[in-house]
Amino acid sequence: MDAPSIHGRLKDRFGEKIVAFQAEALQPWAVVAPDVIAEVAVFAKSDAALAFDNLLCLSAVDYPKEDPPRMEVVYHLFSYEHRHKFVLKVHLPREGAHVPTVEGTWAVANWHEREAYDLFGIVFDGHSDLRRILLPDDWVGHPLRKDWVDPDFYNGMHVKPTPQMAERAMAGEKIGVGPFDFTPPNRHVDE
Amino acid sequence: MDLVFNLLPAAVPYWLRVGLAGVVCAVILITLMALGPIAYVYVETKIAGFMQDRIGPKRVGPHGLLQTVADALKLMFKEAIYPAGADKLLFILAPCLVVVGAFLSFVVLPFSSRLQAVDLNVGLFYVVAVSSISTVGLIMAGWASNNKYALFGAMRSAAQIVSYEIPAVMVLLTVVMMAGSLSLQDIVWAQAGGLSRWFLFRYFPLMPVAFVIFFTAGLAECNRAPFDIPEAESELVAGFHTEYSGFFFAMFFLAEYTEMFVVSVVASVLFLGGWMAPLPMLQQLGPVGLGPIWLLAKAWSLVFVMMWLRWTLPRLRVDQLMYVAWKVLLPIAMVLVVVVGGLVLWSPTASGFPWDRWAGWILAPLLVAYLAYMIVAARRWSARRTREMAA
Amino acid sequence: MSNPAYGWRVDDIDTDEMILNMGPQHPSTHGVLRIELRTDGEVVRAARPHIGYLHRCFEKHAESVDYPGVIPYTDRMDYVASMGNSLGYALAVEKLMGIEVSPYVQTIRVIMAELQRIASHCIAVGTYGMDIGAFTPFLHLLRDREKILDLFEWTCGARLLYNYNWVGGVSHDVPDGFVKAVRQFLREFDAITYPEMIDLLIKNKIFIKRTAGIGVCSPELAVSYDLTGPNLRGSGPPRDLRRDEPYLGYENYEFDVVVGEGKFGPRGSCFDRNWVRALEMKESAKILHQAVDRLEKMEHTDVHEKVPKRVKPAKGEVYARSEAPRGQLGYYIVADGTGINPYRVKVKSPCFTAMSIFHVLANGMYIADIIALIGSLDVVLGEIDR
Repeated sequence: MDAPSIHGRLKDRFGEKIVAFQAEALQPWAVVAPDVIAEVAVFAKSDAALAFDNLLCLSAVDYPKEDPPRMEVVYHLFSYEHRHKFVLKVHLPREGAHVPTVEGTWAVANWHEREAYDLFGIVFDGHSDLRRILLPDDWVGHPLRKDWVDPDFYNGMHVKPTPQMAERAMAGEKIGVGPFDFTPPNRHVDE
Repeated sequence: MDLVFNLLPAAVPYWLRVGLAGVVCAVILITLMALGPIAYVYVETKIAGFMQDRIGPKRVGPHGLLQTVADALKLMFKEAIYPAGADKLLFILAPCLVVVGAFLSFVVLPFSSRLQAVDLNVGLFYVVAVSSISTVGLIMAGWASNNKYALFGAMRSAAQIVSYEIPAVMVLLTVVMMAGSLSLQDIVWAQAGGLSRWFLFRYFPLMPVAFVIFFTAGLAECNRAPFDIPEAESELVAGFHTEYSGFFFAMFFLAEYTEMFVVSVVASVLFLGGWMAPLPMLQQLGPVGLGPIWLLAKAWSLVFVMMWLRWTLPRLRVDQLMYVAWKVLLPIAMVLVVVVGGLVLWSPTASGFPWDRWAGWILAPLLVAYLAYMIVAARRWSARRTREMAA
Repeated sequence: MSNPAYGWRVDDIDTDEMILNMGPQHPSTHGVLRIELRTDGEVVRAARPHIGYLHRCFEKHAESVDYPGVIPYTDRMDYVASMGNSLGYALAVEKLMGIEVSPYVQTIRVIMAELQRIASHCIAVGTYGMDIGAFTPFLHLLRDREKILDLFEWTCGARLLYNYNWVGGVSHDVPDGFVKAVRQFLREFDAITYPEMIDLLIKNKIFIKRTAGIGVCSPELAVSYDLTGPNLRGSGPPRDLRRDEPYLGYENYEFDVVVGEGKFGPRGSCFDRNWVRALEMKESAKILHQAVDRLEKMEHTDVHEKVPKRVKPAKGEVYARSEAPRGQLGYYIVADGTGINPYRVKVKSPCFTAMSIFHVLANGMYIADIIALIGSLDVVLGEIDR
């Protein structure tokens, strides 16, 4: 099936909940209302004509400059049976975003959703094990959001050189502990 | 020991002669034991290198001969680290016990008719008994390390050694019944008279099976591949000696190689005629007895086979290991004991089957011919491949 | 937090069970993977993988450098098969920009990708043997991987991280005599490496006993967890992107898609996954034979011909997949049309999804089988953690 007919089939079933459809894109996508994404997933997998048995990728994207600012969760679906692809998108508010999980439909979504939670702070309702996956458990914040600012400290440790250290290094002084020289190589003063 | 005892003048008090003889023997054996592994490790690295298409050690000394010496020195001077929460006394005692267990067997090994520390009349029984001491050491090491991997290794080694002891001892019984003695010296003498008298070739289809069972069980008892599950490095990091470093680690190493040697010597004493030459005329070179050379040649061949297996075979899993011991080796060993016992008691076959007189003379050349054929075939294979490649 | 997905919590383990922490420093976790095992003696009751020890913020980095600047970072994801990673990225960006590279460059890419596949499978099969306890095959295979690395070094100067596949081309044309050298390598591969590997490792009785019948993964489970590449083909479905959605002109090459046959026990076991890898090396060699023959006869074009001066795609997004040695490697790239940096790059790495099935397959295994399972999934932690 091609993208417009896939969209048509979804539209027939879910009506207004399929919010938008972008057919001109390289890979056409449909925007789904967040509250029905789990049902759409079940339908997309179980419907004989669609049979999307494979979730290729689940990614989150942050759009702070759009109007209104939003976060997207993108589902790339593929059917091994019919060899067709489709993209579903969910628009979420940037603050306190949460969306139902599709883990029950495609088991692989478990880890993808954990990753999205870890890096974007999107909460997946009903997820069985929503913990951080890539970052340490005590990490504060969600670094792939566009408004992320690198912290100066992590657990009391400097993660950036202090301005004083940087100044001393620029002046050609040896920065380091004991015998270790952390001065950037191009800053060594020639004799 | 008697040899040394008799060398000392009769004027020396009896207790001093006994004491000195004991000390001299102990020093000689300890030296042998401590230096042996240095040679074995070097040989093993070289064999591994040969099998894996690489060179092996070559930097330290000519042809890397001093590599293991350097390694041993390094291990000796390294700091011994005691893990937090370890039971320090047991932690130190464990490697000592393992080494002692491996070393005690040396006392009864007959290197020739006279080169033997003590000819105990329960020699074989003694070997079996003291070699089990190592198990206690391994379990102590695993327990004292306060490490789960070490504990797993210890439990595995206990299960493994206890299981494989049974088929091994069963098979020993057949030999004991044929020789009529537990003394290792007597067992060797019972095989006097050339190749066909070796226990390996007696009761033709039976004793070779016994030898294979004993050798397999021996491999398992010294934790060598493919039975190295107690220290399986890809599963348990290093098993029972995960937490050991420095000299204590070296002691485990020492014990492993010593045990390999002991098992090989015992196997050659029991089945391959010990220090007896394959042909009686090769026993002496003029006034010099060649006994020790024959024994070492046999034992080292078996050590080589152990290394060969190690670098060829993958490791078994725990349950498969137990399966081999309890469901394959043990039933066969039991049948062997009954059958060989019956044959020894039944007067027509008490001294062997009728074909035993020449079975060895046919089988041994066949075996050698087969090995030679394999080597030639392998060389030809590689030559053909090289030619195909060049084409 | 309670974890129903893994079915257990630390405080509800039984008295005769214990938690064994395998990794991150462990000889056979293929990197820095940590697995929490709930064990009852030798039997594993449940397993819980923890990843992230090698997280290097690839996706964050990708947003702060321009499109070609991402390529060196992709090399560092799956460091055992860098060519496949950068190839996937280059294909994705080319798709986004509508660049079509010349057949000559395509053939070079195919050669590099297939050489890399052989090299990667050498490591996979070799370390798998080592996990099972056979050390010798590993060194034999590493020796032959070395020859491929020499070819790569000769071509682009690097042995591990190549930065070779550029957007719209490759960084260097193949050197003179390259075709001859590849032929020589293939002769050696067909004559020595492959038969030796099959004889020494794959056909070994103990090896078969250890791997056949454990970690059995049904095709449905595999698809649900999005297993791809040899892991999926080991379970049966003959899915190979090179055949199903050909790129780089793979449709013009003759090769078979190897699937697990379940020769020694149920299909989809650890043995089958490894078997697929071993046989795939042969198929890659087949492709290479055809590719070098074509490369010789082909009209040489400048490999930088289609490389854009400035990579700045119009607003849009693309999800492009390619068949990397470890499975389907997908790049989801969003371009905002204003900057020269990608707006968002998301990588769906085959190892990530392969690792997510681990706790399902690991239940009820022996500890030794856990190692066999990790090895058969052939994960590279650099790619999981990115």
